[in-house]
Amino acid sequence: MMGLFAGLGRRTIDSFGRLGRGTMFLLRALAGMPGLLLRPGLVMQQLYAIGVLSLLIIMVSGTFVGMVLALQGYNTLVTFGAEQSLGVLVALSLLRELGPVVTALLFGGRAGSALTAEIGLMKTTEQLSSMEMMAVDPMRRIIAPRLLAGFLAMPLLAAIFSFLGIMGAHVVSTAALGVDDGAFWSQMQAAVDFREDVMNGVIKSLVFGFVASWIAVYEGYDAVPTSEGVSRATTRTVVHTSLAVLGLDFVLTAVMFG
Amino acid sequence: MNGTSGDILVDVRGLCFSRGERVIFDGVDLQIRRGQVSAIMGPSGTGKTTLLRLIGGQLRPDAGTVHVEGRDVHAMSHRELYALRRRMGMLFQSGALFTHQSVFENVAFPLREHADLPEPVLRDLVLMKLEAVGLRGARDMMPGELSGGMARRVALARAVVLDPMMILYDEPFAGQDPISMGTLVSLIRLMNDTLSLSSVIVSHDVVETSQIADEVFVLSEGRVVESGSPAELAQSESAWVQQFFNALPDGPVPFHYPAPSLGDDLLGPRP
Amino acid sequence: MQKQRIMEIWVGVFVAAGFAALFGLAMQVSNIPAFQTADGYQVHMRFDNIGGLRVRAPVTMAGVRVGRVSDIRLDHDSFEAVVTVTIEQRFDRIPEDSDARIYTSGLLGEQYVAINPGGGVEWYLSDGDELFQTQGALVLERLIGRFLTSMGED
Repeated sequence: MMGLFAGLGRRTIDSFGRLGRGTMFLLRALAGMPGLLLRPGLVMQQLYAIGVLSLLIIMVSGTFVGMVLALQGYNTLVTFGAEQSLGVLVALSLLRELGPVVTALLFGGRAGSALTAEIGLMKTTEQLSSMEMMAVDPMRRIIAPRLLAGFLAMPLLAAIFSFLGIMGAHVVSTAALGVDDGAFWSQMQAAVDFREDVMNGVIKSLVFGFVASWIAVYEGYDAVPTSEGVSRATTRTVVHTSLAVLGLDFVLTAVMFG
Repeated sequence: MNGTSGDILVDVRGLCFSRGERVIFDGVDLQIRRGQVSAIMGPSGTGKTTLLRLIGGQLRPDAGTVHVEGRDVHAMSHRELYALRRRMGMLFQSGALFTHQSVFENVAFPLREHADLPEPVLRDLVLMKLEAVGLRGARDMMPGELSGGMARRVALARAVVLDPMMILYDEPFAGQDPISMGTLVSLIRLMNDTLSLSSVIVSHDVVETSQIADEVFVLSEGRVVESGSPAELAQSESAWVQQFFNALPDGPVPFHYPAPSLGDDLLGPRP
Repeated sequence: MQKQRIMEIWVGVFVAAGFAALFGLAMQVSNIPAFQTADGYQVHMRFDNIGGLRVRAPVTMAGVRVGRVSDIRLDHDSFEAVVTVTIEQRFDRIPEDSDARIYTSGLLGEQYVAINPGGGVEWYLSDGDELFQTQGALVLERLIGRFLTSMGED
């Protein structure tokens, strides 16, 4: 029994320690950001690795999520004779919630885990250490560009996700479900507000992008330098990103739309 | 070989360092002279790599000081430390090449980071350094395609590309076949003399290190137990140094890890 | 260097696609606040009850949207609701004696303001004018109450 409490206490203290180290790490990485203005190429490389390489999965998932939303929404709305509002339902769900959240979850699984594994392996093979000994600060050279690229890529990915989702829903609604094309768009345009819905979604994905890339680079940098350590760190990235995104989503939704 | 104090490049005094409960250094004193090949030797697990990291300022000692060129490494600001590191090369045991870049780009990396050179100049410089380690022809290969010995030679070319004053070698001979080992032994000596460097080698390979070292420090239980030229050490009276240099399985360093007697273990009560 | 170039192109494609998607969401999906305050004129109207009318609800004439509700407040003296609507500039020939009513689209839909043109006045509405002929929202409870009292009188 005492052992249980002792274990619980140790875990709590450990997680506080981790959070503290993570914050220190973040501050050091942010201090390296201004230097990036002189080296845009570094950010470019990471935008490729994080953004471009995630495009396919984001595009495919976005389209399918939109199509499923249309099918499911139609079944519910048609019982109230309100199937003309299908566009509204799909657009609001995607812009406010599914776009930012699902993109962030996919980002954690696709780009975040890759970032953690890459940095973790660089640490394991002493590449980070050797960089330090070559008088190149890994915080500036490795961490800062990845953090910035993740932050920039996420809102763009989320916008692509939502846009393709709405397009997918439009195809399903008009071609398969017989919803009127004009009603689909006009009802949507009447109900969706640019600032309230589109911009709030963008703000959400900026926050998610920041947190998800922070978790990914930190877990890699903090990984125990063994192959087992890197694999654990990669798992932690996916788990922590998912939890953080869902938790933050609740808070942000309460603030924005509550 | 007795130089004046002006010849001392690295001065380590009263260095103590521990990891958790384990004491790794307990008052290490050693002086490394400019222009020499100095070797720090000792069995595995005596913290030789840790010593290099302490000299490079990557770790902080619990007590004691490390002076490089008369300046305390651990009292330097971030900027000063990085300025010092530009003039230090370090060869990691694994080579620590950047796996996503070609051999050429690996060697070019420090130049690209620190010097804003026109591409043709940079190319010539890199090719010259690669030529020195005999790998000019391998410039387009990726680190994954290299053998261990070749990777270490590329890392050596990268370590000297900024023309440092000192190179730290971490176990340069470990796990090499005899030919690569011979190549590396002569390269280290050659680099030291032609580029007028100072070299610090951390190793447990007695034969190879003895061939090139001017001075050897033997570490045991967190202290320097003996120092001198390889010839002097071979004649040492210390039983410990004799055991180490002649590779005897048992001696002051026991074959058995501390344990209760075998009889007690086998016949005693079972858990 | 060739690799570098291909990478740059791809990043360019990615960023362009991202911004195009954002632009598409702004133009095609949402009602970007283009004419809310910029090129429109404001007209005030007073209602005894606005029901469930909300800011940004549509303002229509003959079913065509001509503007939006931009502000709703309460007059502290008369206890009437003062609704300010912004009407698009191109609808600048609305007679001054028009009347405004609050309707509900469908049985459970959103409430909106309908303007019915008056007859034959040469004066048209302009910024800051007020419409005096108004009819507030029909509140279901009040209708039922009125129906019940009229039943009792019989």
